[in-house]
Amino acid sequence: MADRTSLAVRDLAVEFRSEQGVVRALDGVSFDLHAGRTLGVVGESGCGKSVTARSILRIVDRPGRITAGRMILDPGTPREVDLAQLDPESKEMRGVRGGRVGLIFQEPMTALSVHYTVGNQIMEAVLQHADISKAEAQNRAIELLREVGIPRPETRISAYPFELSGGLRQRVGIAMALAGDPEIVIADEPTTALDVTTQAQILSLLRRLQEEKNIALMLITHDMGVIAEMADEVAVMYLGRVVEFAPVEEVFSEPRHPYTRALLRAVPSILATPRQRLSTIGGAVPHPGARPSGCPFHPRCSEQLGALCTEQSPRPVPPGRSGAACFKVDQSEAVTA
Amino acid sequence: MVIYLLRRLGLALITCVFISIFTFVIIRLPPGDFVDAYIANLAASGSSVSAEQAEAMRREYGLDRPVVVQYGIWMGRVLKGDFGVSMVWRRPVTEVIGDRLWLTMAVSVSALFLTWMIALPIGIYSAMRQYSIGDYIFTTLGFIGLAIPNFLLALILMYLGFRYLGLNVGGLFSAEYAQAPWSLARVWDLTKHLPLPAAVLAMAGTAQLIRIMRANLLDELRKPYVVTARAKGLTEMRAVLKYPVRAALNPFASSLAYLFPYLVSGSIIVSLVLGLPTVGPLLLQALVAQDMFLAGAIVLLLGVMTVIGTLISDMLLMWIDPRIRLEGR
Repeated sequence: MADRTSLAVRDLAVEFRSEQGVVRALDGVSFDLHAGRTLGVVGESGCGKSVTARSILRIVDRPGRITAGRMILDPGTPREVDLAQLDPESKEMRGVRGGRVGLIFQEPMTALSVHYTVGNQIMEAVLQHADISKAEAQNRAIELLREVGIPRPETRISAYPFELSGGLRQRVGIAMALAGDPEIVIADEPTTALDVTTQAQILSLLRRLQEEKNIALMLITHDMGVIAEMADEVAVMYLGRVVEFAPVEEVFSEPRHPYTRALLRAVPSILATPRQRLSTIGGAVPHPGARPSGCPFHPRCSEQLGALCTEQSPRPVPPGRSGAACFKVDQSEAVTA
Repeated sequence: MVIYLLRRLGLALITCVFISIFTFVIIRLPPGDFVDAYIANLAASGSSVSAEQAEAMRREYGLDRPVVVQYGIWMGRVLKGDFGVSMVWRRPVTEVIGDRLWLTMAVSVSALFLTWMIALPIGIYSAMRQYSIGDYIFTTLGFIGLAIPNFLLALILMYLGFRYLGLNVGGLFSAEYAQAPWSLARVWDLTKHLPLPAAVLAMAGTAQLIRIMRANLLDELRKPYVVTARAKGLTEMRAVLKYPVRAALNPFASSLAYLFPYLVSGSIIVSLVLGLPTVGPLLLQALVAQDMFLAGAIVLLLGVMTVIGTLISDMLLMWIDPRIRLEGR
């Protein structure tokens, strides 16, 4: 597939400096987003998924800052720009936020302000990125609410978020992310806070909107089921690194990285016998401030190769190609080659 | 919304009734009744009252009737604007209080206004630039402001104003306007005298509100909707002012309710030091002299004003927070 690359992230590193020391939240992350395609980003909590999303929009909370890497928006076009080089407060960067890159949030309740109507909050996003009158913005907001499948949008526009159900609120959140007509949408765990039925509705809505608008979607989740349903490619993240990248079928049929395999084993199966214990990954994600030496996954890895894994860091996955950052994978590839 | 307003209004009325009962109890607290006190007063000044005269007075004031009826009679007079006679001043209470009530209001409201004007921007700045040098400076100043007794500040400011600026400090009017009837010139004179007492009274409240605003806003700044606002492409200033500041105002408005009575009752010493013709010093005198009708009237008026202040802050809350406005929709 020769889909246009919308965003090329290369070797992105983000650090949080505090009195307790420097925490590397992202350590050389690379991936591409393509128009009309979905990149699933998966991993446990604390592995850098959300920081990646916020870095792209340059809204990482202080004291976090980007220390290395590039984030090229629309590479090879006249609109090409490296987001890492922009001043976060600059007019251009604010135009990117919501205008070229939209963000959908995890918590539809807390992500909307209770102090303003749904219409007010959507119109604000519309007016921020289009030079139109208030009346036109209101029509556009109603149009957006209709697009995301909210019934009776003309009346709902004057509702407050606390008057809507969780599913409707998330639809409002999606409408808001689309208000500036962005080509890239980042959805940060958009269904985590919703019940299963609503999840399915929101996911199919996202897919429909993506097809209609040819959006490059970056879907952050820790739910392998969501990945299987939605993603074209998958980036598995661990401790601020992409440890495996592959088309979605490959990730499920022949996962390369031991971490990916462990994640897949931890998915509950409908075929499991009753009372069968769910497989878990031993231990917890280490604090990014106490990053293990060598391969960051080695303390929890069931297949580690001894000194090689504890002392040396495996090569990062080259962007755009299937692969895993793992010595074991390197060895087996060397054998087959 | 209407229901909310009506309920608040009803509660306010009930509170006022309780305040009036409380006031009535205060008036009746000293041994004997008003006539006994009146006779004793006259006796002290050399004249005397016959037993018949005393009985006639008791009947006139309804003092021979049951307590509940007496309360009713008293309330009836109060509602007509008759608060009885001040025993110390030998004049109707309304005359004694006179302009003082409005002057108290003027001082308190300007102090409140000043408090808001200073505390709001500094609180926002301190939260947005937490742990910056500016934040530390304002925090230090705030704690100093909280710690200095305001009568001391009043004395210092009076001294500085008199010594270096040659200002006529103290009081709310210049000598030539003190007893003059109301005129535009007198109002202007009042306006010129207001800033000093207002600033002194505002100080402690300002320091407190800065802390409240800073803490509230710091909480709100961490909420996801702030990220939403930023992700829309709003400038940081606009994102912060529109969303978290609005949310942080919520407790700010409710603090109005307690700040108001605090300003009135807390101003007694400052008013004495600055020689302000407000009700604070009058209340103190009335209490010292056991002038119960005067004290009762002041307590009643302050109580009612506090209730009104609370009502205003409730309405502000309603305006700020749609969740309150839409209660029961």
